[in-house]
Parts: sequence; structure tokens; C-alpha cells
Amino acid sequence: MKFRSLALSTAVLAAGLATALPAPDARAAAEQFFPALVFRTGAYAPNGAPWADGYIDYLKLVNARGGINGVKISFEECETGYATDRGVECYERLKGKNGGATVFQPLSTGITFALTEKAPVDRIPVITAGYGLSESADGGVFGWNFPITGVHWASADMQVQYIAQREGGFDRLKGKKITLLYHDSPYGKEAIPVLEARAAMHGFQFNAIPVTHPGVEQKSAWLQIRQNRPDYVLLWGWGVMNPTALKEAQATGFSREKVIGHWPSGGEPDVADLGNAAKGYSAVVLQPAAAHDSQVVEEILSKVHAKGQGTGPKEAVGQMLYMRGVVSAMIGVEGVRRAQERFGKGKVMTGEQVRWGLENLALDQPALDALGFAGVLRPIHTSCVDHMGGAWGRVQTWDGSRWVPSGTWFQADEQLLKPMIRKGADKYAENRKIERRSPQACQD
Amino acid sequence: MIYRENGQFKTNYLSDQQILPIRQDRIAIALLLIVAAVIVPLTATEYLFSAILVPFLVLSLAALGLNVLVGYCGQISLGTGAFMAIGAYAAFNFHTRIDGFPLLLSLLMGGACATVFGVLFGIPSLRIRGLYLAVATLAAQFFADWAFLRIRWLTNHSSSGSVSAGRLELFGLPIDTPAQRYLLCLAFVVVFAVLVKNLVRGAIGREWMAIRDMDVAATVIGIRPTYAKLSAFAVSSFIVGVAGALWGFVHLGSWEPAAFGIERSLQLLFMVIIGGLGSIMGAFFGAAFIVILPIFLSQFPAWLGLPLSTTAAAHLEAMIFGVLIVFFLIVEPHGLARLWSTGKEKLRLWPFPH
Repeated sequence: MKFRSLALSTAVLAAGLATALPAPDARAAAEQFFPALVFRTGAYAPNGAPWADGYIDYLKLVNARGGINGVKISFEECETGYATDRGVECYERLKGKNGGATVFQPLSTGITFALTEKAPVDRIPVITAGYGLSESADGGVFGWNFPITGVHWASADMQVQYIAQREGGFDRLKGKKITLLYHDSPYGKEAIPVLEARAAMHGFQFNAIPVTHPGVEQKSAWLQIRQNRPDYVLLWGWGVMNPTALKEAQATGFSREKVIGHWPSGGEPDVADLGNAAKGYSAVVLQPAAAHDSQVVEEILSKVHAKGQGTGPKEAVGQMLYMRGVVSAMIGVEGVRRAQERFGKGKVMTGEQVRWGLENLALDQPALDALGFAGVLRPIHTSCVDHMGGAWGRVQTWDGSRWVPSGTWFQADEQLLKPMIRKGADKYAENRKIERRSPQACQD
Repeated sequence: MIYRENGQFKTNYLSDQQILPIRQDRIAIALLLIVAAVIVPLTATEYLFSAILVPFLVLSLAALGLNVLVGYCGQISLGTGAFMAIGAYAAFNFHTRIDGFPLLLSLLMGGACATVFGVLFGIPSLRIRGLYLAVATLAAQFFADWAFLRIRWLTNHSSSGSVSAGRLELFGLPIDTPAQRYLLCLAFVVVFAVLVKNLVRGAIGREWMAIRDMDVAATVIGIRPTYAKLSAFAVSSFIVGVAGALWGFVHLGSWEPAAFGIERSLQLLFMVIIGGLGSIMGAFFGAAFIVILPIFLSQFPAWLGLPLSTTAAAHLEAMIFGVLIVFFLIVEPHGLARLWSTGKEKLRLWPFPH
């Protein structure tokens, strides 16, 4: 009996497999396919879901606007749960679908590492807007990575600039104590080299305290902070680590005005549950910040959400993480549009052609304004060597119910970052025995 | 009917002692190998190779290694992820630091380093057993997590702690295509599976099993527990280390310590328990169940054309997966491998069961 029921269930499963397998997607290949690696479940879902909603909503908006020079966008989500192996599986699943993937945007450092190895082989660009490996900004070595709008090193640098601004100049930093409280993963560690360099430049005392994933246990870290009494704490958390840190700060009696986050610790899910308890906490976010009143948000609300096509909750539209999804999608779409200018308007672009587009992005302010990003983004210009296209950020402060961005922009110090990026990329190239791209190779 | 050994007489010791005493089994395994080594590489798609077959093979290898320790020697270990990490990072260090160090040797050296640590962390097993040992082996896991995040030399001073393997070459042949990667993994799995099968059939395997079943009795009949337990730790962590090196080099290509976290250890332990403790087949069944089934479940609604949201599909996947684990453990607590052998037993008696 036992065996029979098992045999039955296996037979059912096998039959399911047999009917299910030969079902390829028979859609016309005249659409530009955007795969979406998302994490709507798991420990980091509160941060992943708004990003994914923004990403998909913008793609829907582009279709509602008439596509990219008439080319409609198709998209498919694949759930990674923020796990590297599932991300790799999603990548393999989607890369050849519907005429081939245009770009991949994993929103996960671990998956980015894995895709950095795979994308050059498959000739598909990987956009990591605001995260990923910092040295991948060097397009001469990382030919297929595009950390457009900034890397983590830029975030760290701008945090120091913001502190200097509050203190009234870099010379005032001398003798100050700055503590980094970081998520103990490659992402969190990205902050360290820049802060070390800045500490040597300005003579502040730098101290780094790791917090083990997922970051709900921080008592000992805050005990160290209480003993050490730093002037500022830079919060580099992700997911549940951020609200925990802010609660611990409150419990320790450390003023949250002196806790400074950056974009992965400056989203709505990080503070929403705390409400007024997080009031006054500020974060230096790489562009974009929260933008509830921007034109693109209004357009998404009127052209996508009003038609019942919205991907996520309406309240999330315009939030910081949502806007990151929107901007990430926009960069991919504009890469396609730029590529079409060279390879033929109204055609579906391959990954390789899109790479050219991303390497030659020229989004000046009128172009951005026309897309609805006035006040959200600053101009982005990339090149074969510079895959970052400038890193700008703003401070946003939590007022108890929403993030309020300030008007002043910070720019990551190129004098500091460029040599570091170059050095890191050279080391990567040396380890991997790959050669820098020659200027001729940049042309095609 | 077909599966019956009537008329197959063993006339000498050699034929009595072969790995697969029944002719039908030999034919089935030979066919399986031909399919795996010839037909699959010719027909499978890139997705099947990179996303399903390679992870399946590498994790079966790791489960095979863990099964030696847990299934055969009865020492519960929660440090498998650590030994995989040690294998991967050791292989990385040999491969990058020594110019021209061959890939095969790097992978095996990864295994060798994992062996050293396996024996080291196996020492507590001489004094403590059962759940207490499981907790003690957690130390290995935390040690590895700490070491690869903190000791910068181990990751070649990479600022973020992530490393990458670079181009793979075997005897001058580049390993680029997914099919080649698959074949490399397959070769490792086949060699280690035969090796383990022979080990557990031999004197040392019997010592492990004696220790597992009752260590006091085993000591009384002259089995040295130190030797038996530590050798099980050594063999197990060697195989797990090689699997870790393959996971890093062949599957991921570039990895961070989180790839070998505590979740990986638990996942492997589940594979061994669900697949079947003390069975070579069990490692493969368990790996298939844990690796392939969730991927299958996540795509199933889309194949049927059900318009499910990503979230709903992900939750459904977790729910069905959980139900299946409970179902199989209730139907057969000894794992899928036992179901398999029960099935074979029934076939031998069919159509006249008694």
C-alpha cells in the first residue's frame, strides 16, 4: 500500500513533468526582454519588494509610453530570495529567454559576484546601480559591469563629506572618533578602505565594528560604542540590521542624529516601524533619494497604477527603494535607447549592443527632465573606462513618517576614488590574468 | 519479472564480492553512466547544465562525504559548510598563489586542507557524542565564517572578502562550456562514489558502522574508536572539501564566505537525512530532492500557465516543499534510499509477494 501510493505520486509527478516540459514561450521575439531577479520573500524581502515594484512599474510605464522607439518591453520576474545559488539559477533560466536577456540587475552583492564571472561569457551587461564591487567601476577591466550612479566606496566617501559639512570643514575632523557599524559581508566591508584612507587624510580615529548576518544581535557592538563614545556612527546595515541598530542606539542613549546611514540603511522599511523613534536619523543616499513629488512618480501613478496595472502597493510609489528600482530600470532602458541610435532604431538590441549603449550613455539634464527625472537625478555620462558615470548623493532625514531629502548635493571625491578603483581593478586583472581593454576594443 | 536474479550463480569469491552482484543492476548502472557521460552532454541545454546538473552533482558529492560521517560512522556534523569553505579557499590559494598550479591538484589540495581541519574538529567526537557533538561541530562553522571574513591573507587581501577562480584549465584544455564543467563534476562524483562504496564495504567501513551502532560493543571487539572516528572525519571532510572547491571553482566561479554559511551545513544534513543515512544512493536522492525539487516547484505554476505572482509562487514552493519533506519522512523515516530498496525488493518478488 505504502509503495503503491508512492508509485502513484511519482507517476503523477512524472506525468506533470512530461506535460510541462515541452512548453517553450512562443512569444514573438520582437520585444526587448528585461529579466528581473527579485527577492520578495526571505529575510531581506522588505527591502527587495519595493525595489522590484519600482523596476517593473517603470518597465510598464515605458510600454505605456509606447516602448523604446516602438520596441515593447517584455519582462519576467524570478525569485532569488537573496540567495546566491538561486540567483545563479534564475540567471541561467532567464538569460536565453524571449530572444535573450538585455541586462541583469541582481540587487545583491553575492549574486553580482557570481554574475561578474558569467556575464562576460554570455555577453550580457550587469547593472549594479549603487552596489556591487566598487572596483567594477573600471570598465577597462570589468567590461560588463555597470555600477552606474555610484558604488559603495562613493557612499562611504560622501558620508565623511557630510560629517565634515556638519562639523564645519574637513580640518575639524582631526581627533574626532568615527565608528563604522557594518554588516559582516562583502557589502559591509566595502566601506573600510575608503574610511581608512579618509582617516589617514584628515586625522580622525576610525574604528570598525562588524555585525554578523542577519544583524539582530548587536548588544556587544553597542556596548563597544558606549565605551568608546564615538562622535559619529556610520550605519552600514541591510534589512533587519538597520531598525535593530536604531533601537539599540536608543537603548544605549546614543543620539540618532549622530547615526548616519547610506542607501541600504536609509530605506523606508528600515525606519517605518520605528516611526518617531527614528526621527532625526539621516542617511547619505546615492541618487535617487525618495521622490514622492517627481514627475516620473506622477506618471507611474496615472499611467500604470490608475489603470490597475501597479505592481505593488500604491503607497510605496516614490519611496527611496522604489525609486532605486525605477532608476535601475531607467538606466537599462536608456542603454537600449542609446544602443538603438547606433545599431538601428526600433530594433531589438542584443546584450552586446546594449553594452555599447551603457558605455556611451549621455543623459544630460534636459534628457532626464524629459523622462520625468527632474530633481531626482543629475546628469549621467559614462565611457568605456568609466562605468560609473559620476557618483552624486543627497542627505535625507527621517521626519517620523517619510524621508525628506535636502537640497544640497554631494559628489564622491574622484581624486580619492579613481586611484583606488584603478588599483583594485588592476589587482583583479592580475589575479585573473586578464588584459585591460585597448582603446580600439572600446569602439566596438 | 525482469528484475530477478534467478539463474545468476556465483561460482567464485570474486563474483560474490563485486559491488553490484545482480546483473540487472550492473546493466542499469552502466546505462545510467552512458546516459550521464555521453547522451546528456550531447543533448542537455545550457540551463540544465549550469543551473541544475552541476549544482546537483557538486552537492551530491558533498552529501556523499557527509554521509560517510553521519550515515556510516554516526557522528552528527553541522560543520559541513565550513569544510566546503576550507576546501574552496584552500584551492583558491593554491591556484592563485602558485603560478601554473594545475587545477586538478588545486581541487585535491582543497580536499587535503579540509581533511586536516576535519580531523582537528573531529577530536571532540572522541569524548562527546550525539547532539552534543553536533553543537561542537558548529564551532567549525563559526571558525570558518570568522577566518574567511577576518584573515585577509586567506582571501588574497581582497577588500570585500570575495575571491574568484579565474579561467579553468585541465591538462592544457580550457574548461569553458557548461558541458565541460558538467563532465568535470561528473568525473569527480563517479570516482568518489566508487571510492566510498568500496571503503564502506571494506574493513574500515565496517568499523565505522560498528562504532555507529554501538561504540562500547565495538570497542570491546577490538575496534579503536579514535582511529575509526577520526578516519571517518578525514574521509568525509576530504570529499566535502573537494566538493566545496568544485562549488566555488566550477559552479559559482566567484564567491564570498556566505556561500558556505550555516544554511549550507543544514541543507547538506537534510539531504543526508531525507536521502537516506548510510547509503550511497541516498546522497544522490537527497541532493536531487533538495536542489532540483524547489527549482521544479518554482517553475511549475508558470508551466501550467497559472498567473501566480512571484511572491505567491515562492510561498507555494516553500509550502509544497515542506509538505513533501514531512510526507516522505512519515512514509519512510529511513529516507528515499530505503524506498528505493523496498521498491527493488518488491520487484524481485513480483508478481508473487509473500
